[in-house]
Amino acid sequence: MKNEQFNNRDVSDSYFLVDIPDYPTDGWGKFTRVVKRTFRGELFVGLWVVLREMIKFDIHTVQYPLEKMPIGPRYRAVHEMKRLWESGTERCIGCGLCEKICISNCIQMDTKIDENSRKEVSEYSINLGRCIFCGYCAEVCPELAITHGGRYENGSEQREHFVMYEDMLTPIDALKAGKQLEFEGFGAITPHEDERVKKTPLSY
Amino acid sequence: MNKITVNIDGKDVQTQEGEYILNAARANDIFIPAICYLTRCSPTLACRLCLVEADGKQVYACNAKAKDGMNITTTTATIESERRAIMEVYDVNHPLQCGVCDQSGECELQNYTLEIGVDSQNYSIKDVERSSHDWGHIQYNSGLCIVCERCVTACKDMIGDNSLKTIARGADALDAGFKEAMPKDAYAMWNKLNKSLIGLTNGTDVLDCTSCGECASVCPVGALVDTHFVYKSNAWELKQIPATCGHCSAGCQISYDVKHNSIENPEDKIYRVMNEWNYVSLCGAGRYGFDYQNAGVSKNEESFNKAIEAFKKADTIKFTSTITNEEALILEKLKEKFGYKLVNNEAFAFQKFLHDYSDISATRLYGSDLKEMAASNFIVSIGSALKSDNPNARYSFNNSLTVNKGAGLYFHPLGDPIIDGMGKSIMSIAHKPLQEEAVLYLILDLFADKEKLPSEISDYLASFHTKKIIKVEETIKEKVVEIVKEKKVNAETGEEEEVEVEKSKMVPKIITKEVEVDDNRLLSLVGAPENFTESLEKFLGKKDSFCLVVGPDLYTHPNSKNLARLVALVEKYSEFKLVMIPTLTNSLGVSLINELSKEDGKYTIGYNTKGDFTLSALGDGDLDMPAINQQEGTLTSINKRVNPTNAAIGYGGYELNDIAVALGLQADNTIEYTKELPTSKGFKAEAFDSLPDYYTNAGEEMRGYQLKNMGRRVSSDESVEKIDEALTISGNLIYLANPVRQFSEFTNKATNLDEVSGIYMSEEFLSNSEFNVGDKVKVKSENGELIANIVSDNKITGDIAVIPTFDSKLNSEALFNGYRFASASIEKV
Repeated sequence: MKNEQFNNRDVSDSYFLVDIPDYPTDGWGKFTRVVKRTFRGELFVGLWVVLREMIKFDIHTVQYPLEKMPIGPRYRAVHEMKRLWESGTERCIGCGLCEKICISNCIQMDTKIDENSRKEVSEYSINLGRCIFCGYCAEVCPELAITHGGRYENGSEQREHFVMYEDMLTPIDALKAGKQLEFEGFGAITPHEDERVKKTPLSY
Repeated sequence: MNKITVNIDGKDVQTQEGEYILNAARANDIFIPAICYLTRCSPTLACRLCLVEADGKQVYACNAKAKDGMNITTTTATIESERRAIMEVYDVNHPLQCGVCDQSGECELQNYTLEIGVDSQNYSIKDVERSSHDWGHIQYNSGLCIVCERCVTACKDMIGDNSLKTIARGADALDAGFKEAMPKDAYAMWNKLNKSLIGLTNGTDVLDCTSCGECASVCPVGALVDTHFVYKSNAWELKQIPATCGHCSAGCQISYDVKHNSIENPEDKIYRVMNEWNYVSLCGAGRYGFDYQNAGVSKNEESFNKAIEAFKKADTIKFTSTITNEEALILEKLKEKFGYKLVNNEAFAFQKFLHDYSDISATRLYGSDLKEMAASNFIVSIGSALKSDNPNARYSFNNSLTVNKGAGLYFHPLGDPIIDGMGKSIMSIAHKPLQEEAVLYLILDLFADKEKLPSEISDYLASFHTKKIIKVEETIKEKVVEIVKEKKVNAETGEEEEVEVEKSKMVPKIITKEVEVDDNRLLSLVGAPENFTESLEKFLGKKDSFCLVVGPDLYTHPNSKNLARLVALVEKYSEFKLVMIPTLTNSLGVSLINELSKEDGKYTIGYNTKGDFTLSALGDGDLDMPAINQQEGTLTSINKRVNPTNAAIGYGGYELNDIAVALGLQADNTIEYTKELPTSKGFKAEAFDSLPDYYTNAGEEMRGYQLKNMGRRVSSDESVEKIDEALTISGNLIYLANPVRQFSEFTNKATNLDEVSGIYMSEEFLSNSEFNVGDKVKVKSENGELIANIVSDNKITGDIAVIPTFDSKLNSEALFNGYRFASASIEKV
């Protein structure tokens, strides 16, 4: 690997200077600046907007927490664990890639062999106090199992607070009711993926 | 061996004559891809990736020997296309379950697929059902197997169990079209691959071997996995702690792979043991006996104060050799300061043996090591139950038999099917117990230079030889002359007339002949089989390097002094190099560092052994001590190497150094003693932190340092005593040895080693006696008695019962009077 791109720290080409007048240094200069700033009409511009909207009675304020804004499908809030649509089993295979890629080291998992000789996640936790919601875990997940969800309220009394596997997992009745939503953000399958994949020959 | 120069990819490299091109390249940091080749083993030629061009001809680097002046190109366009096709073939039908595979990225199939740059697949074949097998301590997932046969090769060439083989896969034949469409070598490799899978040689689906787990460690993919490790952890989560195995004197390089216990328990736990399998092979105890730490210990001040009081009161410290060199030095310093007697019977016997040996050899240590043993081609083993005393010595023996086309003699009273199973060119000779002297005289007689031997000895040896006339039946061809009548036409008369003609022909005839032959009474003394002389002659063909390995039976023999002198004579007057097997982990270190006494005093401190006050790393004493996997320090191995080991697991209690500090010695850490190890005994004054711990690409061991074999001024007395032929043990014999995978109470503590303790009898012995497996018996010798259950052991033969030492509940040493054989009565209770 060549290190030139890291070693070249001269970035002057792409910089330009902004035209800012020099700061006043003498007392008179400072005084005039204060006066100018204080009596500039901008304060009243803001006050006028508030007044105008009040008179219109067309208020857009959301009455949180009674009302909530709809959240975008790609928003990265508290994680969710998805199930397979057909069988309802958990998608997570316990590969541990989310744990590995997590840059704030907030994911931990324990695995074991289950009675069907498959790898099973016996314990899984995310420390939301550490999580920076970067979305790497969702992006790296090969099974689209861990995703971000829309639940952004995760205030707690302690800095360290955990969310466990069961809390993140889609409830089975929600799945049956068809309420599990596929995440469209980081890690989701990009459109037209089928056309881009080169198929492996098969002798069947 | 001559040094030669070859040119690889334009770089001149030096190598040994007869070295494989692959090894020459690797030693010089030149990369040639190869999957199936294992250093130290014979080439398998399964993967064919190591194709190179040598002097314009395509050869396999793992199999072709470097010649002086050779020009080698590691990649050409054809080779590239072969390699690409081979990797594509390996990827055909390989399951895409890398996410759950226990290889978790340490996968050579993944690595080479990416290295060669396989981004699309051109080949396909219908897969057959390839299921998972539970082989006991190993899981075999044949779906993941790429049939590189590394497991088979390691088992055959290194370990000697010969438990694995390739079996038929039962797949369809390859599509005929591929033969034309594919590169030649790739097709041949695929053709072979498609016909085989890995199976067991014993015909069942459960392994019955010495359970070393080396097959799983050499597996390049996740096809073979240790059962205890399945789906436990990804490789990348494990922190590797470089260490030295603390179970036997081989001092194998290992790494403890540690990670936190679980989400709830952040304390470290050892998940598995790995090794540099190209250069070192572990036994089952090393690989699976890793969790013997003294866990859950905290500093108990009360016990500590009692310990200090006990030390002030004591006059003897009794200990075993499962301690580090530094601890041994602390004990020695305490001895100097307070005049304690240091008692360690097993190390004392070894120390005495080494001393008696040095009286003739003039060196403090034996001359050779296991690496030289593996490189030799004729090996004699005397006085050791090799497979359980030092598994690595057995591996070296086997490696010599398989890779060097070697041969060997195994002298031991206890029959061992594992040793016999190593090959046809090894002969086991079951001599009578206590007759080891006769064996060593036989070795002198067969191999020593009689001209140079002291005349008394050569005269004594000659006294065993008599001329004997024996009748041999021989088939010879005899010329028989017959007179036959033939009809001939008389040329003159034209008439037919009868003429008598003499005709001779060869007729086979059996005659009895009297021949004078040499009769060696030593052979009958050691109980050599009838065909010994002929077999030995066959064995010795083309042999040029010899190695003698002697074991603990000799050190505890009543005539051990004489044996030590005989061993020294063999080394001095024959071509044999010598290896001695130290009895326990650090017996060699202890015997060099400590001045030991024979007798206990009045008040004894026991370290890992019972005393009036017991310090124990096993957790059963009055004060806890750290086990070897919780300690930093060095261990002295059979290879006369001082190997560093590190602490894998935390320890919260007191250690020996704390006691020493309380008693007035000055050192913050135990490892400060590393540089103080006695240089007069061959140690180096090197600090622990400066000791290296790795192998080079050329396979050179860079772990710790090699002990210097110090010389000694000795008298020229080389006299030895004659064989005491009357020395025998009559009655039922018992032998003090452990089953494979067990060495001490520490291996007994490991959860994955679940050998049942008891009195071991061979299947043959059991069927010829009234005993059954599980019977409770009383074993009584003239020294003592014990009660144990009978365990059937198919890894011994003959009618000697084996009593183990690894179970402290069985006070087995009470039965024996030093020597490992004794006679005892065995009765049901």
